[in-house]
Amino acid sequence: MTSLPAAQPGAKKLGLVIDLDTCVGCQACATNCKEWNTSGHMAPLPDHNPYSAGQEGVWFNRVHSYEAGDGEEGRTVHFPRSCLHCETPACVTVCPTGASYKRAEDGIVLVNTDICIGCQLCAWACPYGAREFDDDAGVMKKCTLCVDRIYNETIPEPQRQPACVTTCPANARHFGDLGDPSSAVSQLVAERGGYELMPELGYKPVNRYLPPRRAPKADAGPPRDAGPLPSQITNPLLRWVDKVLSR
Amino acid sequence: MPADGGSTDRIVYSAPIGDEVKTTTCYMCACRCGIRVHLKDGRVRYIEGNPDHPVNKGVLCGKGSAGIMTQYSPARLQAPLKRVGPRGSGEYAEISWEEAMETATGWLKHVRETDPKKLAFFTGRDQSQSLTGFWAAQFGTPNFAAHGGFCSVNMAAGGLYTIGGSFWEFGEPDWEHAKYLMIFGVAEDHDSNPIKTGLAALKQRGSKIVSVNPVRTGYSAIADEWVGIRPGTDGLFVMSLIRELILTDRVDGEFLVRYTNAPWLVVRNPGGADDGLFARDADGKPLAWDRARGAIPADDVTLSAVLVGDFTLEDGRRVQPVFNLMAERYLSADYAPEAVAERCGMTAERIRRLAAEIADIAFNHPLTLDIPWTDVWGRKHDKMVGRPVAFHAMRGISAHSNGFHTCRALHILQMLLGAVDTPGSWRYKSPFPRPIPPGPGPAGKGAKPNTPLTGNILSFTHGPDDLLVEDDGTPLRIDHSFSWEAPLGLHGMMHTVIGNAEKGDPYKIDTLFMFMANMAWNSAMNPMETIRCLTAQDANGDYVIPHVIYSDAYFSETVPYADLILPDTTYLERWDAISILDRPIGSSHGPGDAIRQPVIKPDRDVRPFQEVLIELGARLGLPAFVKEGGSPKFKDYPDYIVNHQRMPGVGPLAGWRGEDGTKKGVGEPNKDQLQRYIDNGCFWRHNLAPEESYFKHANATYLANAKAMGMMGNSNQIVLQIWSEPLQKFRLAAEGHGAKQPPAHLRERVRTYCDPLPFWYAPLEQQQHDTDPFPLSAVTQRPMAMYHSWGSMNAWLRQIHGSNKLYMSRERAIAEGLAQDDWVWVESRSGRVKAQLSLMEGVNRDTVWTWNAIGKRAGAWMLTPDAAEAQRGFLLNHVISEWLPAQTGPRMANADPITGQAAWYDLRVKVSKCAPGEEGVTDPFPTMLDPPPDMPATPDILRYNEGGQKP
Repeated sequence: MTSLPAAQPGAKKLGLVIDLDTCVGCQACATNCKEWNTSGHMAPLPDHNPYSAGQEGVWFNRVHSYEAGDGEEGRTVHFPRSCLHCETPACVTVCPTGASYKRAEDGIVLVNTDICIGCQLCAWACPYGAREFDDDAGVMKKCTLCVDRIYNETIPEPQRQPACVTTCPANARHFGDLGDPSSAVSQLVAERGGYELMPELGYKPVNRYLPPRRAPKADAGPPRDAGPLPSQITNPLLRWVDKVLSR
Repeated sequence: MPADGGSTDRIVYSAPIGDEVKTTTCYMCACRCGIRVHLKDGRVRYIEGNPDHPVNKGVLCGKGSAGIMTQYSPARLQAPLKRVGPRGSGEYAEISWEEAMETATGWLKHVRETDPKKLAFFTGRDQSQSLTGFWAAQFGTPNFAAHGGFCSVNMAAGGLYTIGGSFWEFGEPDWEHAKYLMIFGVAEDHDSNPIKTGLAALKQRGSKIVSVNPVRTGYSAIADEWVGIRPGTDGLFVMSLIRELILTDRVDGEFLVRYTNAPWLVVRNPGGADDGLFARDADGKPLAWDRARGAIPADDVTLSAVLVGDFTLEDGRRVQPVFNLMAERYLSADYAPEAVAERCGMTAERIRRLAAEIADIAFNHPLTLDIPWTDVWGRKHDKMVGRPVAFHAMRGISAHSNGFHTCRALHILQMLLGAVDTPGSWRYKSPFPRPIPPGPGPAGKGAKPNTPLTGNILSFTHGPDDLLVEDDGTPLRIDHSFSWEAPLGLHGMMHTVIGNAEKGDPYKIDTLFMFMANMAWNSAMNPMETIRCLTAQDANGDYVIPHVIYSDAYFSETVPYADLILPDTTYLERWDAISILDRPIGSSHGPGDAIRQPVIKPDRDVRPFQEVLIELGARLGLPAFVKEGGSPKFKDYPDYIVNHQRMPGVGPLAGWRGEDGTKKGVGEPNKDQLQRYIDNGCFWRHNLAPEESYFKHANATYLANAKAMGMMGNSNQIVLQIWSEPLQKFRLAAEGHGAKQPPAHLRERVRTYCDPLPFWYAPLEQQQHDTDPFPLSAVTQRPMAMYHSWGSMNAWLRQIHGSNKLYMSRERAIAEGLAQDDWVWVESRSGRVKAQLSLMEGVNRDTVWTWNAIGKRAGAWMLTPDAAEAQRGFLLNHVISEWLPAQTGPRMANADPITGQAAWYDLRVKVSKCAPGEEGVTDPFPTMLDPPPDMPATPDILRYNEGGQKP
C-alpha cells in the first residue's frame, strides 16, 4: 500500500476540462499526446505490430466514439479518455512498491518507472481504464499531464500546457487548477455544469467533462407576416409585379 | 513500507524540446496548416501547430500530429526503379537517377516530337498545379489534370459560375459572426482545422448548427440538429427551401437587385437562336426593366427594377427578368415540401420549419457592423448589414451526378437570403471573388509536335466555342473533359483516363505519367477493372498503354503497375509553393500563400517530384525551362519558385516581391524571397482593411486593391449569376443553333442538363438501371484521422482506423434479419464486395456506408499480408462502376453531365448475409503485392523515442 499526501485545503489540483459539446473526435489530442510523450518523460510509448495484424500501442489518451439514444434523437458521442488525476486514486494506494504516487504540490498522479515492478495492480484498481502497461519495458505508464511541458521554461508561456490542450482544434480541452475556484477552468465548470466521471466510486477525479449544450432554440417566429397564406394565393408571383426595388 | 516514488522519480522539467525548430507547411491533408518541426540530432522530435499561422493558429489535427510516423514509415520508396517482370508482378530493379531521367526523357521526347497529346499527365492530390499544369502546357499536351474531377469539381464549378467563389477553397462561413450554419455533406473537409475551430466558436456563441448528411459522424455529431437526408436528394431539399422562401416573401429583394442578375432581362424566343440569352444594349451591357424608363442597362445606379413581368423591347423582342423565371421554376408543385419529403427522407413540416428558421435569422436578426464602405457605384455606406446565415457544403453534394445543379441551387438560396459575403454569412476567401466565369477558355486546341499550348489547360468554358472537340464533336482530351460529355470539366476527369486510354477512346496514348494518385486502388472507381486496363496487352503482347511513369513517396498499390518509378520525398524533405497561382492559403481576411522548406535531409536515393519535373522540362527543351542555347533555366525548384514569371511581375509567390521585397502580388523577382518566407514562418499574408472585408463582389475599395495586386484583371462589379448564360449557350447548341453543336447521341443530354437554372433530377446511374433490386444507397466517408492523409503506412493512424465495417441502420438491419458483426455481401449492378456489418442509429434508413480507403491490398504500404487493412478492410470502390449502365451509343462516364465529376455516391446496392464459411476475410482479395527491392524490414515493436528523458 502506498499512501497519499495529506489533503491540504486550497491545494493545487491540476487537471483537464473536456468539452463534449465541441469534441468532434478528430484524434488530435490522442496523436499529439503520443508524439509528445513517446519522446518525453515516460519515453517511449511503444507500438506492437506497427505494420502487421494486431497493431496495438501505448497511448495516454484515447478517444472513444459511440452512440447514445435512439434514432434521430440520439447522439454520436466522441469521448476522450485519459487519467483523471483523482484526489484519492486507488491506483496509488494499491501500489505495492511506491512507484505509483500522487504529488502533493500539484496533484498530478505519476509512476516512477525505476521502482515499478510491472505487477499491474494499479491497472486493475483504476475504474477508468487510464493506465497503460508497457509490456516491452515491463512497467506501467500513464498520462503525466505533460509534467515535462507545463513547467518547461524553454517553452513560450502560452504553450506551457499539456500537448492535448494546445493542439485541440475544437477548443474542447482546457487545463488549469481545479483546486482554485477562481481559475478559468473552475469557472468554466461552474458555468457549464461540468461533472466528474462516476463520482459514486469515491476516487474524486479532478478532471471534469462539460456536457453538450442544449441545442439553441431557433425562434422560427411567424414567417408568414408578409401576406396571405400561400394556399390563398393563386399566383404568388403577382405580389411581385408592383414591387419596385431600387439600389 | 513502500518507497516514496515521488522523492526518487527523475523528472526533467525544462529540457529543451529539441536542438532546432523549423517552420514549414503540413501536408498530412489538404488543409495546409503551418507547423513547427522540432528536431533532435537531425530526427523529428515533435511537430506542433504554428501559433502565428493564419490557417490553424497553433492547433494541429490528429493527422498533422502523427506526421512523424508518415516521415519514418518503412513504406517509403528507396530509389528509382524500373520494371523487369510483367506489370503487376512487382519485379523491379533499382536504377540510378541518371538512368531514370534518361529513360523518361527518351519516352517523352519521342511523344513530344510526334504527337504530344499522347502524353497523359495526371497528378493526383497535387499541391503544385501551377507548376505541373504549366509544364503540361509547355510540353504541348492537353491531357493534364489533377484529382479534382473525382473530388470536388461540382463545388468549384457550381460556385465559380454562380457567385465567383466556391465552398471550401474559395470561401468559408463567417465564423466570427454567423448565427446559423447549415452544412451539407460534410463529415470532415479539406479545411480541417478552421472548420473545427469555427464550429466551436459558433457553439460557444449559441449559434445553431444544422447538419444535412445521411450519416451522423464527424461534424454532424456536434450539430444541434442532424437531418439524415437520403443521398442525392439535397438539391430537392434546397429547392424546396427556396420555394418556401419565395412563397412566404422571405426574399432579400434589395440584395438581388444590387448584386445579382435577378433583374436582368432574358430573351423569350422559343426555338430562336437568342432564346434564353440576356437582352443587351449596343455596348453589350445586359438590360433590366426600370419602372419608369423600361429597358435600361442593368448596372445603372438609378435603376428602379421590376422583377416580375413580361415585356417587349423596342426591337420587338419579348423579355422577362431572371427573377420571374427563377420564381416560376421553384414555385412549381414539384418542389413543394409535400412533394419532396418522402424522397428526401424527412417530413414536409421539417422542411417548412427549417425554411422558417433560416428566414427568421436572416430577416429578423440581421447583423450590423459599424464599418463604413464604398460600393461600386461610388456610394458611401456608414455600416455593413449582413444576413447571418451561413452555408457550407462539400463531398455529399459534389459526388453525385446532380451535384453541379445542387450546388448552384444552394448558392441561389444564399442569394435569396442576401447572404453572400455579408457579415455573418458565407464569405469569399481572397483572391476570390473572380469574374463569372473567370478567364479565357481552356488551352488544348491545335496541339502539335514540339509546340507549347498557349494559356491554361484547366480553364473555363464560356460556351460551345471554348470546348475541346473535333468538328464532329469527338473529344480532344483523353478524359473527355471540356467535351459535350462534360462541358464544364474544369478539373479534368482522372477517373476516365486509364479506361479511355485502354479503349483508345478517342485515341491511344503512348505514356501515362502520374504523380501521387493511387489509381490501381482507392483512387479508382472499380480498381480491378483499372488494373485490367493497366495490364491489357494487344495482339503482339505489347501493353496497350505502352509506358507508365509514376512518382510517389510510398509503396502504394499503383507502384507495381508502373514501368518507371520516380521516388518522391516526404513533405518534410522538400520545397513547395502553395501558390497564389493555384490554390493559396487565402481566407476571408485576405490573400496569402505559403511554402514548404526541407526540414530534414532524405536518407534515401529520392528526389522531390517538382525538381524532377523541372529537370525533365530542361532535358526535353521545353521553352520555359531552358535558356537560349538550351541549358537549364532553373537549377532547382526553389530557383523556379523565386524566378519564374508567368506574366511580368507575377510569379508563384505573391509575398515580398520586388528587388527589395517591398511589393505585394506584382513585382520583380526577389532573390531573398524564400528567406523572407522562412523568417515569417513560411507563409505570407496580406490583411484586408475593415472597409474591404465584405461585399467584395461590389466593394469598390476591395476590387480596386485586388486589381492592383494582380488578383484580377479589372475592378468591375462581379454580378452573381442566378441565370447562367454559358449553360444556356450549350443548350442552344443542342437545340440546333450555332456552328458548334453536340453530336446526335449527346444532343438530348446537353439540352436537358445544360439548364440555365438549377433543377433536380435523379442521379444518372439510378435513372438508367432498375434500382428495385438495389434498395439501398451506399456512400463512403473519410474519417477525421485519415482524411486526405494518404495512408495506413502510418503506425499510429492505423491503430485508430485499421479496418472498416459496413454501417447500416439498426432498425433496417433487424427488419432484414441481419445482426451486428454479420459478414455480408454488398452487391451492385456491377459487382460485389464482402464486408462485416455494424449497426447504428445515426444513419438514414435507406443508406449504408463505410469509411473510405481504409482497406488496402495485401502487401502494399509495407503492411504484412495478415494486416487488418487487407483482411477485413474493404473498398466500396469494387462495386462502383466508372461507366453508366450500358446504353445504345458510346459509353458515358458515371459522372455529372456538366462537370464530369465522378458520381461516387450515386451507388445503389443490396446487402445479404454471407453463406456459412464465407466469413472472416474480405473479397475481392487480389494477389499479394511483393515489395520493391531493398525496402527496409518492418519492426515487431516500434519504440519511437527522440530525446526522451528516461529511455
